[in-house]
Amino acid sequence: MQTEEMRLDGNAAAGILRELFARDMTTAMATCRGCGSSEPLGKLLDYGHGMGAILRCLKCEAVLLRVVHVRDTIRLDASGTAVLSIGVGTVVG
Amino acid sequence: MSSATKATPEVTSARSTPVRLEWRVAKVKAVRDETRHVRTLVLDVPEWPGHRPGQHVDVRLVAEDGYQAQRSYSIASPPEVPSVELTIERLDDGEVSPYLCDMLAPGAGLEVRGPIGGYFVWDVSLGGPLLLVAGGSGIVPLMAMLRHYAAADAASRATVPARLLYSARSADDVIYRDELARLATAAEIDVRFTLTRGAPPQWSGYRRRIDRAMLAEVGWPPPTGAQSYVCGPTPLVESVANILVELGHDPSHVRTERFGPTG
Repeated sequence: MQTEEMRLDGNAAAGILRELFARDMTTAMATCRGCGSSEPLGKLLDYGHGMGAILRCLKCEAVLLRVVHVRDTIRLDASGTAVLSIGVGTVVG
Repeated sequence: MSSATKATPEVTSARSTPVRLEWRVAKVKAVRDETRHVRTLVLDVPEWPGHRPGQHVDVRLVAEDGYQAQRSYSIASPPEVPSVELTIERLDDGEVSPYLCDMLAPGAGLEVRGPIGGYFVWDVSLGGPLLLVAGGSGIVPLMAMLRHYAAADAASRATVPARLLYSARSADDVIYRDELARLATAAEIDVRFTLTRGAPPQWSGYRRRIDRAMLAEVGWPPPTGAQSYVCGPTPLVESVANILVELGHDPSHVRTERFGPTG
């Protein structure tokens, strides 16, 4: 089976990212260190195939985020992400 | 045992402290067979905080030897009902779905965690026009959106015309077939089907895989600023999303959820 057919998207990583960040991260905007493009995490391609999440840039396919759950540790490699921009809601006066 | 207390749906408020996700033991209240391969579990989830249409839950099975299997399932029910409904396609070679479809009877417990997600969600406040495109079991999260839509008042629905294009293998594989027919009339949802592996005689819907010509006919004209949601097998989702963008839709208004290889 082709890898392309099996790939998911950032929605599949939502659970483990929620564990890590204590908020939904699928609408957070990630800027690719490789090519500079910016997309919501939910839109990125996930090649994790059940072993955690490997989120790739839609434009240049560089890996933005690698997240793996190993026993009592969640290992996050965000070296491919230049900026992660997370909306935290509007301020009420 | 009390049934799920319905709290206010989770809303991002000013500087509120986000809540950690907890595993909860849900109780199966009822099961409902949708098609030959598809079953809905109606769950009571203790202290369920509510959810938004399109979100999913994680389900965890633990064997006696400690082996754990975890899968994600879209929530089929709208936030307006207290139970959490999961519609599950039984994959013959699956590790989890055969257990969920064959072994869980009312009264059984099931570990769930959720609601999860925020990108692939829609509710009436987000407006429209709304285009939902489903392939196979991809109909599940879109059904939560449609059920939510149908529960909204007529004035809200009047400002958000809604269309569904649902691709299934055969008429017998169409999940929620009767309910969709009812919603088409009662909530004025424009429901269209395409069957890819054979149609019954006198079938008035489409009879092929979703393609550009079909989306040009069914989709809202791009200048209307439509919100589009596409869910199902990865190849279908990518093809449809690419075509919608080619047809002129704003890519940020085309949201996708891939379910993986064709089942």
